Amino acid sequence: MALLNKKSKAVLSDPLMNNNPITLQVLGICSALAVTIRMDTAIVMTLAVVVVMSISNTVISLLRNYIPGKVRIIVQLSIIASLVILTDQFLKAYMYDMSKQLTVFVALIITNCIVMGRAEAFAMQNGPWRSFLDGLGNALGYGMILIGVAFFRELLGSGTIYNFQVIPDSFYSAGYENMGLMVLSPGAFIILGLIVWVHRIAAKIEED
Amino acid sequence: MEHYISLITKAIFVENILLAYFLGMCSFLAISKKVNTSIGLGFAVTFVLTITAPANWAINHYFLKKGALEWAGFPDVDLSFLDVIVFIAVIAALVQLVEMIIDRFSQTLYINLGIFLPLIAVNCSILGGSIFLVERDYTFIESTVFGFGSGLGWFLAIASMASIRYRLRYSNVPIKLRGLGITMLLTGLISMAFMAFSGIDL
Repeated sequence: MALLNKKSKAVLSDPLMNNNPITLQVLGICSALAVTIRMDTAIVMTLAVVVVMSISNTVISLLRNYIPGKVRIIVQLSIIASLVILTDQFLKAYMYDMSKQLTVFVALIITNCIVMGRAEAFAMQNGPWRSFLDGLGNALGYGMILIGVAFFRELLGSGTIYNFQVIPDSFYSAGYENMGLMVLSPGAFIILGLIVWVHRIAAKIEED
Repeated sequence: MEHYISLITKAIFVENILLAYFLGMCSFLAISKKVNTSIGLGFAVTFVLTITAPANWAINHYFLKKGALEWAGFPDVDLSFLDVIVFIAVIAALVQLVEMIIDRFSQTLYINLGIFLPLIAVNCSILGGSIFLVERDYTFIESTVFGFGSGLGWFLAIASMASIRYRLRYSNVPIKLRGLGITMLLTGLISMAFMAFSGIDL
């Protein structure tokens, strides 16, 4: 595809591994943890972030030459906030149960530093197509970690994956028990800590 | 009175805004490297939360809630879908205002807090606090108390994390675990310790 030359591909794929927004840029962790008790909430949250980030990056990139430098933060915030409200209303209309479970965390995408961070660091300097790819890539990199954390928390905490039971009943009758800790907040911190560790070994990156 | 003491204890220990709801993680991870700066930021967050919570309560109660515009003659108007965008604007404006007031009246405090104040506008714990108080239907005093309590809880969490990270310099952490990894694991342990408070009902 002509649109996806080497450079654009790097923009898209870099955030997935070598420059992952959560494990390496340390952005957007707030909402990453609260929605990861089960996989379905994590997937819906990922989709919401993908939509908000790719559109906001494109719009901000299109407007980048018209936004005065001094008020750029407020302009970016209002663009992002409008998109988040749209997503929130869409979820309320078509997936009401899901939006009840996600509670305030969809609204909190506004202050998710990853959206603002990419708008400020990438979309203000680059063209719309590449900004779109950057938004998409970062949102997917974010979602990847989110779904990874949710996978382990759901498996260990409730014995299911995407609401299907995977631990056979015979295990439970033999004395196996779900780890209650995984469903609570400390489980999220610890799983994410371990994922960061594994990821840094795989990506050969260290921090001082 | 007991009701408010119970609310503030709950906000600080049992439902700590950082350790139970994960709000404000970004600045928590970035700033907790130094003890002094963490304490400064903790004070600033407590301060701003105590101001923005009642302010946003008033805006929600008199403008946004269903039927809130009755005083202006529009009893059927429901603007509650606008809450997030209005809240973030109020927070940004208030943070700016607080910064100017502190600059005018207390130079020492301004120098201590100065750099952190603008950053607070995008701290999720502030917006999260405002959204929580709408969702839980608090009264005016309750939301002030809740804002103050959440701020104190955040302060406690970041101050303890900064002290632990200071001590951590002398321990031999695996190289790839240094930085974010070990901080997340430590936060998990602190959060577990705070969970011991759950079940306390004053």
